[in-house]
Order: sequence, then structure tokens, then C-alpha cells
Amino acid sequence: MLDQLPAIIIAVPLIAAAVCALIRNETVCWLIALVVAFASFVGSATMLGQVQKYGEDISYKLGGWAPPVGIEYKVDLLAGYVLVLVSLIATAVLIYGRQSVKLEIKKNLHGWYYTMYLLCMCGLLGIVITGDAFNAFVFMEISSLSMYTLIALGKDRRAVAAAYQYLVMGTIGATMYIIGVGLLFTITGTLNMADLAMRLVPLLDTPAAIAGMAFIIVGLSLKIALFPLHLWLPNAYAFAPSAVTSFLAATATKVSIYLLMRYLYTVFGFGFSIERTPIPEVIMVLSLLAIFAGSFTALFQENIKRMLAYSSVAQIGYITLGIALANATGLTGSLVHIFNHAVMKGALFMLVGGIAMQVGTVRLSDMAGAGKAMPLTMFGFVLGGFSMIGVPGTVGFVSKWYLAMGALENGWWWIVALLMLSSLLVLVYMGRVIEVAFFRERPVDAIPLKEAPKSMIVTAWVFLLACVYLGFDTSFTVGVAEQAVNVLLGGAQ
Amino acid sequence: MRGHLILRVVSKILIPFLLMFALYVQFHGDFGPGGGFQAGVIVAAAFVLYALIFGLRAMQKIISPALLEIAVPLGVLIYAGVGVYTWILGGNFLDYNMLDSHDPSHGQHLGVLLVEAGVLLTVSSTMLLIFYTFAGRGR
Amino acid sequence: MEGLNELAFVLGGVNHWITVFLIMAGLYIIVSRSNMIKKLVGLSIFQTSVYLLYVSPGKIIGGTAPIISDDFTVYSNPLPHVLILTAIVVGVATLALGLALVIRINEAYGSIEEDDVYSGEDWN
Repeated sequence: MLDQLPAIIIAVPLIAAAVCALIRNETVCWLIALVVAFASFVGSATMLGQVQKYGEDISYKLGGWAPPVGIEYKVDLLAGYVLVLVSLIATAVLIYGRQSVKLEIKKNLHGWYYTMYLLCMCGLLGIVITGDAFNAFVFMEISSLSMYTLIALGKDRRAVAAAYQYLVMGTIGATMYIIGVGLLFTITGTLNMADLAMRLVPLLDTPAAIAGMAFIIVGLSLKIALFPLHLWLPNAYAFAPSAVTSFLAATATKVSIYLLMRYLYTVFGFGFSIERTPIPEVIMVLSLLAIFAGSFTALFQENIKRMLAYSSVAQIGYITLGIALANATGLTGSLVHIFNHAVMKGALFMLVGGIAMQVGTVRLSDMAGAGKAMPLTMFGFVLGGFSMIGVPGTVGFVSKWYLAMGALENGWWWIVALLMLSSLLVLVYMGRVIEVAFFRERPVDAIPLKEAPKSMIVTAWVFLLACVYLGFDTSFTVGVAEQAVNVLLGGAQ
Repeated sequence: MRGHLILRVVSKILIPFLLMFALYVQFHGDFGPGGGFQAGVIVAAAFVLYALIFGLRAMQKIISPALLEIAVPLGVLIYAGVGVYTWILGGNFLDYNMLDSHDPSHGQHLGVLLVEAGVLLTVSSTMLLIFYTFAGRGR
Repeated sequence: MEGLNELAFVLGGVNHWITVFLIMAGLYIIVSRSNMIKKLVGLSIFQTSVYLLYVSPGKIIGGTAPIISDDFTVYSNPLPHVLILTAIVVGVATLALGLALVIRINEAYGSIEEDDVYSGEDWN
């Protein structure tokens, strides 16, 4: 059983999705989804533990065919880390989202919601675990198509328009990725990532390899929502149902960043992609633009979900900044921030879902005086805000610390100054929400508020407490990240 | 009305041959272009032709949308079921060699046959369901 | 004589030139047309170029169908064909989903022009 785990965490959600499509009863589908997501989490954690204990990667031959002829599922430290993250968020959002889904999605579509949710989780886990370039495309499209459907389930009519915009841009990204893989396939003749890495070594300076790399990076940047290809993200996150936003904000872009790292460090190698191409400089410029453009635009948003979405664009800039710093500390900061941002943003979007449920809208001005009536939610927002700003003692501080240390290792003190400036911007836009909630009186004719349902508060607070705990005890996140970075950089640098 | 008469007669003759051709494409996927997806699309095209000529309601009396909504996940379950069966037999997921313990290449044939059947079911029902959804809108 | 080499390079890569033309045509349609269905058509053309990119190098000159037989030694590579079957299915699913979304947008907004749907104060 244990050696079949890589296939189990992909096949079981797929089968469960088909079963949910047959049985469209909401309670049964929710139970199936919860059990399957939790089983995936346990499986992923087991695999990560196995890789850490024995020190060697898990390799699984799908269909019994040995690589490079067959498709191989490969779990190493980085993959195990992201697998645990995705399945953990999937389980938590299922526990959190049941009330929210019942409120925001039409009754006859609940069974289909869980079907699409399981398919999306299966696709995301598949992208991480596969060791084959084309298989990654297939799983990428499985997860993307189910994401478009999940977003379109929102009750606002703008949800469908946002899903359309995401569909067009996401498909362009996936097609660019597949053009890049096609160019690499034409010159090397193989699709297995480890085999590609070996066969590309003498071919790295050919125009085909460089063009392939360029196409892959641009295609994945569309999926990552790296500035300026982020235009689909604010609308998609703002108008999707709250549970969907919580799930997507924490996992979708992170998995594409994982795939980008896989290509940059494993397939093309650190020595080529970081040291012999202008990639670090280009990603540095784009990351800084993402951080500042995202934070500035978030300042002017009236819709809280849209504000948090633009904030996500900025946080993705932090993660790619770590890649651009081109050293081990910066990359550790990136990997740690992948986990930390997922936990922070997941918690914040969960709280916003609770607010949306009670207040009825997500407009900032309608939330006036919510601090008194919904203290747990709003204090959670304060704590999440501290984490986003990077107050010491929270996870936000840990990631910013590693990024700053990485920048200082290169002698770029101006990046540290820019990081502190961006934290100031976060303070301003999170502070706006706190000001409206705590320091304004609720108008007399507004709807009376009470606290959000317990399941939502409890899940969000578990994540927030994890923010604080992981801010002090960084042995898991930083420990795994540092080991993964050592493997990725492979002794070089 | 005369034009409609020619269409009705010709399509009534052609549709069974379309379905036969779809089965041919399905089973010759090993030896030439073909397989589950292509065959599924041809099956759906045959039924769409019927719906275009005789009307959507007539087609829905033959194959109802509820039946299609069951068929779509069923095909996926057949495909995944083959994988689970190979698990039970002791191999990796979708390891067709396990399906026939005496002759692995016969197991490969059997495995591909079964999964292509699942693909045929899902693809034809999905295509027809897409047609029903688009054509039935705005009534 | 070098001119002939250049000519051979250009004429020999006809399939790649067509691929490039389709990529550019598809992307241009997506960017320049505001009708949502036309954008989806452009997306479809863009995806078709990828099929050409994979399948055309798959045919080896002098190669036969990839079925083992004692009479032949050179076979065309079967892998690109299988990959493109998968890519075609993905393309069909994306197109179907896109068209379904356009139908819903038409019912909600009354128009399928991008300028009508994405303007207005509710897009902030």
C-alpha cells in the first residue's frame, strides 16, 4: 500500500469526483470530498516523512513502464512540501466552506461543486507529483478547467465574465507552455524531466532550447499571475464563491510557481538558468513592479476581496523575488513564503467569507462598526494583517527576513529598503479595514450583525494560530525549505 | 417540404452506417488512426445529425439528458476501475501486464480495449450532452 | 551558392513557418477582436498551431506506420501523435467550456461584446 501512495493520492480524488457526479446529494458529496481530501493529506505527509527519513526520492512507475519510456511520478523534498500544503488547504477549506457553499451557490449545483473541487485538487496534486513534462500540462489543464467552472459558480453575474477572462488568459499560458515543451521534445526526444535535464546539458546554448525555455517561462508566468500577466487574478478571486477563493488563493498560483522552479532548477539547472541568462534580472524587475503595483492598487479598492486579490499579486512578487535573488537564502525565503502566504491568505479569505455571509456584501463601507458585533472575525483580521505586514512573531516576518538576508548577501541593501516600504503599504491597506471595522459607528439603518458560523471561525482561527506558531517554531517550514534548496541547487553555489 | 423529405430519408439510411463506422474506428485504434475519443465524437455526430433533422425533442426521447449525466461519470469509473483492478492484482496503477498472468501482451490488448470502451462512453455522452445544453437554451 | 543554402533552410522549414503564422494569427485575433466568440476562435487557432508543431517532426522521411513488421526498419515516431490526441481533447474541452460561459454571459448581460460586458462602474 505504501509504495502505491503516489498513485493513490491522484486516482482516489478522480474516482471520488466521478462518484460525486453520479450521486449529487450535497451531504454525501461533502462527506466523500472531506474523507478523500483528508486521506490525500495523510498520504502526502507520509510521503514527505518517508523522503525525509530515507533521504532518497520516491519514484513511481505509472502503468508499470519504466522511465524515460513511461510516465514517472517523482516525490522529492520540494514536491512533498507542496503536496502537503495543497492537501492541507483542500481539507481545511472543505471543513470551512460547507455553510458558505450552501449560501452562495444554487441548490442544484452543490453536487457539481464538490465534483469540480475534487477534480481541481486532483489536478493540482498531479502537477506537483508528476515527473513528465506533458503529463504536467494535462494535470494543469484538468485543474484549470475545473477552476474556471468553480469561479463561474459565483452568484454575481460578474463571476461568469471573470471566469471567461481567466479562461482565455489561462489557456494562452498553457498553450505557450506546451509550445516550449514541444521545442524541448524536438531537440532531445524525451519528455521525462530528469532525462530532459541530462540530455539538455550539451544543447543548452542552441536557439531551440533557449526559445523553449522562454516559452515555458512566459506560459507559466501567466498561470502564476506575475506582473504584468496578472490581469485575470483580481476579478477571478473577487467574484468567485468565498470557499473557492480561499482554496484558489492559497494553492493555484503556488503550484505553478513550483513547476517554474522545477524547470529553472532541475531541468535547465541553476548554472544555466540563473547564472548564464538574464532571467534573474528580468524576474527581479517584474517582482518589484508586482509588489508595488499590487500594493498600490490594493489601497484604492472598495471591494475587500478585490483588495486581498491585489495583495496576492504583490505577495506573488515576493515569492518570485526570492527566485531572482539567485542565492540559497533567497530561494529559502521563496519556499517558506509559499507555505506562509497560503496559510495567511487562506485565513484572510476565510474571514472575508464569514463577513460576506453576515454583512451580505463585501463592500468596505458596509462593514462599518463590524468590530463590535463580530469581534472574533475582526480580531482575526487584525492578526492576519500583522502577519501580512511582517510583524516579528508571525510567519510574514520569517519570509521577509529570509528575503532581506538573501538581498543583503548580494549587497543589495536597496531591496531591503523596498521591502520595508512595501510593508508600510500593507499596513495602510490592512489598516483601512481595521479603521472601518473598529473606529466607525454602525449606521442605525444597517443590518444588525452577529458572529459568523462556528465552523468558519474555527478553521480560520486554526490557520491564524498556525501563523503565529509557525512564526516562532520554524522547524517545519524553514527546515524542509532549506533541505529542498540544497537539493535543488545541487551543490552548485 | 420536399427538401426535408430527402434529408430525412438519407439520414435514416446513413445513421446506422455512421454508428458502424464509429465502432470500426474504436476497435482499430491499435492498428491505425482511431481509438476512444475519435469513435466517441463520431457516435455523438450521428446522434446530432438525427437531432438536427428530426428535432431536439425527438432525440431527447431516445436518449434523455438524465441518462447522459449518468453515462459521463460511468465511463471515467470504467477507466479508473481498470486501474484499481490492476492494483488489486498486485501491480502499479494501470499496469496492464497484470491483467493476464500467462501472456502480458494479451493483457496489454485487454487493458487498452477496456479503457477505450470507457473513453468511448464518456466522450460520446459528453459531446451529446454539450449539444443538448447549447441547443436547448433559450426555449 | 550560399543563397541556395538559405533558400533550402526557408523552404525546408515550411511546417514551422505555418506554425508560426498560426500562432501569430491566433494571438492577434484574441487581442484585437472584442467579440467573445471571435476570441475563442482565435484561441482555437492558437492551439491548432501546437498540433502542427508536434506532429510534423514526428513523420520521419522514409518511415512507415509505427507497427512492428519484419519488412521495415524505419518507423515514424508514434509518441507525438498520442500527445496531440490528448492536446486536441484538452482544446475541445476548453472551447466547449468557453462557449458555455459565453452563453451564460449573453443571458446575463445581453451582449457578447467585451466592451459592453467589462465596462461600467461595477467593475470598479
